Amino acid sequence: MTVLQSSSSTTAKVLGHPLNAWYVAAWDHEVTRKPMARTIADRPLALYRTEDGKAVALADACWHRLAPLSMGKTVGKDGIQCPYHGIVYNSAGRCASMPAQETINPSATVPSFPVVERHRFVWVWLGDPTQADPDLVPDMHQMDSQEWAGDGETIFAPCNYQLVLDNLMDLTHEEFVHASSIGQDELSESDFVVSHDDRTVTVSRWMLNIDAPPFWLKNMRDKFPGFEGKVDRWQIIRFEAPSTIRIDVGVAKAGTGAPDGDRSQGVNGYVMNTISPETAKTCHYFWAFMRNYRLDSQLITTQLRNGVHGVFGEDEAMLKAQQEAIDANPDYEFYNLNIDAGGMWVRRLIERMLQAEGRLAAAL
Amino acid sequence: MAATNNEVWQSATVVAISDVAAGIRRIELEPSAPKHAEPGSHIDLRATIDGGQEKRSYSIVESKDLGKTLVISVFKAPVSRGGSVYMHTLKPGDTLRITQPLQNFPLRVGAERYVLLAGGIGITAIMNMAAVLRNVKADYTLVYAGRTRAAMAYLQDLQEIHGARLQVHVDDEGSSLDVNALVGGIDPGTELYMCGPIRLMDAVRRSWTERELALPDLRYETFGNSGWYDPEEFVVRIPRLGIEAKVGQGRSMLEALEDAGVDMMFDCRKGECGLCEVRILNLDGGAVDHRDVFYSERQQHAAEKMCCCVSRAVSSPRGSRTDANSSATPAVVTIDVS
Ligand code: FES
Ligand code: FES
Ligand SMILES: [Fe+2]
Repeated sequence: MTVLQSSSSTTAKVLGHPLNAWYVAAWDHEVTRKPMARTIADRPLALYRTEDGKAVALADACWHRLAPLSMGKTVGKDGIQCPYHGIVYNSAGRCASMPAQETINPSATVPSFPVVERHRFVWVWLGDPTQADPDLVPDMHQMDSQEWAGDGETIFAPCNYQLVLDNLMDLTHEEFVHASSIGQDELSESDFVVSHDDRTVTVSRWMLNIDAPPFWLKNMRDKFPGFEGKVDRWQIIRFEAPSTIRIDVGVAKAGTGAPDGDRSQGVNGYVMNTISPETAKTCHYFWAFMRNYRLDSQLITTQLRNGVHGVFGEDEAMLKAQQEAIDANPDYEFYNLNIDAGGMWVRRLIERMLQAEGRLAAAL
Repeated sequence: MAATNNEVWQSATVVAISDVAAGIRRIELEPSAPKHAEPGSHIDLRATIDGGQEKRSYSIVESKDLGKTLVISVFKAPVSRGGSVYMHTLKPGDTLRITQPLQNFPLRVGAERYVLLAGGIGITAIMNMAAVLRNVKADYTLVYAGRTRAAMAYLQDLQEIHGARLQVHVDDEGSSLDVNALVGGIDPGTELYMCGPIRLMDAVRRSWTERELALPDLRYETFGNSGWYDPEEFVVRIPRLGIEAKVGQGRSMLEALEDAGVDMMFDCRKGECGLCEVRILNLDGGAVDHRDVFYSERQQHAAEKMCCCVSRAVSSPRGSRTDANSSATPAVVTIDVS
């Protein structure tokens, strides 16, 4: 891997997105026999399922006059019919019928993108299809594991996707943005440890012997009815390139050994986040909150989802305002703080991916 | 891997040439604005023919270093329209105008199985696909058919790279390709990509249809440059416009009509879209050599219309090559246009 010489001294305000990567296009339940439209990484897509239930992603523009296929209907075993003049494509994007003639023009195709369905999401690969290795789908196994329960939502965030990654890699913002739910002074006071490898960045923070903020107190009481007292709190943020972040979060009764691995006296959640750029300044932010206690309680699933929905609403408002301020101040730069270490490693890894695709210059 | 027909012209320098088979030259080009060439893509280039510039298409057999070097291979056709003769005069250091890679023959990654079929110089469109399928560890068979070993470009390289996945058929060694056997052995779910002489491609198409395999799984590229008969000179008449034009061996009917000042409609100029269709009013003692893929077999037999960008008239109604070539009186086709 080539070392970037000087690009870390400038911090891109609008970071480009690698194309040789899996991005979530949709939740599994969103993709049905009725085609839907969604733009991922500047590619408008028509998403649908074949009769056999296989998810398909085609470019959302008919070969003929570019009418959106997502407005069409599924036909036959795996086809989709253009709503305008009726050309039918199969799931590989090949024309299967041209209504007005006896033959098929061999050039009539629309791009069909590799798709993998995993962890309750439909992932799509928009770059070089010969590199679309399903093993590169980011690990989000808590989404569909027997040991975890939970649910999530999608936020349409009107900002460059990197701003969301920045937001998640540095949780000191919780103290200010989420003061009423998960924020507390100890967040910005406590020390954190950053590490990285070729594809991942990890930021860990432990806060020992503190009061549980309201969100966590409620969770503790769900597991330990009537719980009172101090807790040890952790946040282990793990980024996997290019845009998936899982945050291992939780609290345990203070001094019961959680930092050494015994979490039995605590509650543990995973904040699952994966962000798919839509355009340079918009993104689809898919998240879920998974927990490993009281798995059978749909009430807790719903309460947690609603709780996190409220918390992320605060982030969304900040991200929107931040993007607007960036756009309104084109002459000003980004500067970096020590707390940005995690986010800066994320940028470094993404810049390397862009460089490998020969697209770094365009991105900066 | 999407189709791209947007012509972005640039200059290119010839950096290396070598002969890879009898009459087939490998030409390495360094484009000024490199772009990676996906398998199945081609470049258009401006060839100097009789002092004028004409556009020709060549498949990219190899794209090195994200397209910084593009390799094409040119067969010097015995009955050439002049393009291949020009291409064979190129030497290292020469520059020419080429497009960035264009794509009409995209390879889909992710099919269950593949058969790649190359007839003769058609290997140029297939080679890069075979390389990619090998890299992604796809299940593929490469079938390469030719008249004689000496005229089959890259045979040895392909043998080394693809080993048992390569099946070679050579006419003069008595191992000619049996199209029905090939297509007969194909299971649904297999995609077949082919490039070669029209007789071969027609035979595969017919066999494919007879076996009721899914039509979209049969992929081919048409440069519209090969027919059932060798091209010969013929005459085209449009009585309504008082036009009579000679269509030379190396010209298309569309070009001849344009030269004669007829305002012609067209798009692909390779027999796919059907926009250049003309109505045949009369054909004097000859046959139509349909070289398009726009008409069905039924429509071609009816011979009421033809795609004038590629299809021709030949003088012999039986259409044997010898008859067609030795004929003294050229065919005369009377047509009307839109
Ligand atoms: S735009 Fe789709 S068939 Fe015409
Ligand atoms: S111009 Fe397209 S078939 Fe002749
Ligand atoms: Fe937040």
